Amino acid sequence: MTSTNPIYSKSEVYKVLEQVRDPEIPVLSISDMGIIRDVLIDEKKINVEIMPTYSGCPAMDTIAADIENTLHVNGYADVHVETVLTPAWSSDFISDEGRLKLREFGIAPPQKNAKRGSLFHKEAVTCPQCGSGHTELVSQFGSTACKALYKCEDCLEPFDYFKCV
Amino acid sequence: MSVSVAEMTEQDQLFEYTVRLGDNCVILGQRLAEWCGKSPVLEEELALMNVGLDLLGQARMLLDYAGKVEGAGRDEDKLAFFRDAQAWRNLLLVEQPNGDFAKTMSRQLFFDCFQFLQYQKLSNSADTKLAEIATKSLKEITYHVRHSSDWVIRLGDGTEESHQRMQKAVDELWGYTPEMFDMDAVDEAMLKSGVGVDLKEIEPAWKKMVEGVLSEATLNFPELTWQVRGSKEGKHTEHLGYLLAEMQFLPRAYPDANW
Ligand SMILES: [Zn+2]
Repeated sequence: MTSTNPIYSKSEVYKVLEQVRDPEIPVLSISDMGIIRDVLIDEKKINVEIMPTYSGCPAMDTIAADIENTLHVNGYADVHVETVLTPAWSSDFISDEGRLKLREFGIAPPQKNAKRGSLFHKEAVTCPQCGSGHTELVSQFGSTACKALYKCEDCLEPFDYFKCV
Repeated sequence: MSVSVAEMTEQDQLFEYTVRLGDNCVILGQRLAEWCGKSPVLEEELALMNVGLDLLGQARMLLDYAGKVEGAGRDEDKLAFFRDAQAWRNLLLVEQPNGDFAKTMSRQLFFDCFQFLQYQKLSNSADTKLAEIATKSLKEITYHVRHSSDWVIRLGDGTEESHQRMQKAVDELWGYTPEMFDMDAVDEAMLKSGVGVDLKEIEPAWKKMVEGVLSEATLNFPELTWQVRGSKEGKHTEHLGYLLAEMQFLPRAYPDANW
């Protein structure tokens, strides 16, 4: 598993991977999303391990293809992308920078270390437009699996909330 | 599978067990997809498609694993598209037609609560792959339970008509629920080896969960006046055949079709 005599450096591969965007939320790179579990380098072979956000997320196939293409374009020929389920991806893996980018994009970022396991609890979600905490859940499910639909009672704007999982 | 459980190897049992889990997800996911383009409101269309997509994702992981356990060269697509009704192992509940929105939500509530409790236990399975899949899926199922519970409460505790239709939907599906907790020889064997879940053990928790939602919805907890079972032996209601005909048509007519 460890890289013996790597010709490539792991940090350089990570740097290239920052160019790969989440196709459904293009302001975020897959590094911001925290879906890269590890990069394993064995001589010239590169194995990128990714954690799927949702089981049925249609973006995962695109992301895997984009990782391969981006690394190829940057001179890495032998690339494999592997999907791993452990640890199960959590919205806590989204970086602080990613949270900032989400808010700027108009998506309320997921709360960190949110209470889980409890089935029914109300989350306090802040409006990404005006900062009001006076918001209401419209639907548990938004335009993609990872988002819920909210509306702000103060500025009256509807907005997406990136769900806690 | 026509071999008796006594003749089944451990590998056969694990395959059978995993296929049962996967088949529930395929069939309910397919049923939810039938709402595409005809849901009551846009938000609900998105919600139903998202839940269906989660189920399909879970199904892919489970059937992919089942195929590997079997080792006969069948992948997730082969298992989904090239098995006839009697080879399917999904619960009778999930193959029931959508009916009106109340019926869809009633079916969903019963299954979501069941899957939630089942996967909670399964996430501690001695089989690492099943434990991983359950852990991952549980995050999604939590949202499914909230969604179906919300709707059952909203419709039950809604207008006179929505209340009456919600009660009817709950009553009509009730007889399909006892089957969920049946333990056959495969279940017993899987439980013994630490892989499977004791379904009898989760039954009281399920009843409590559903009862809580129904009472908040001002609905009556139904009385069990009839019940059917048989999916573990491949005996299904007449509805499954039609569902499969639609779902399997394309890959069977054009076996080499590709996206
Ligand atoms: Zn606002």
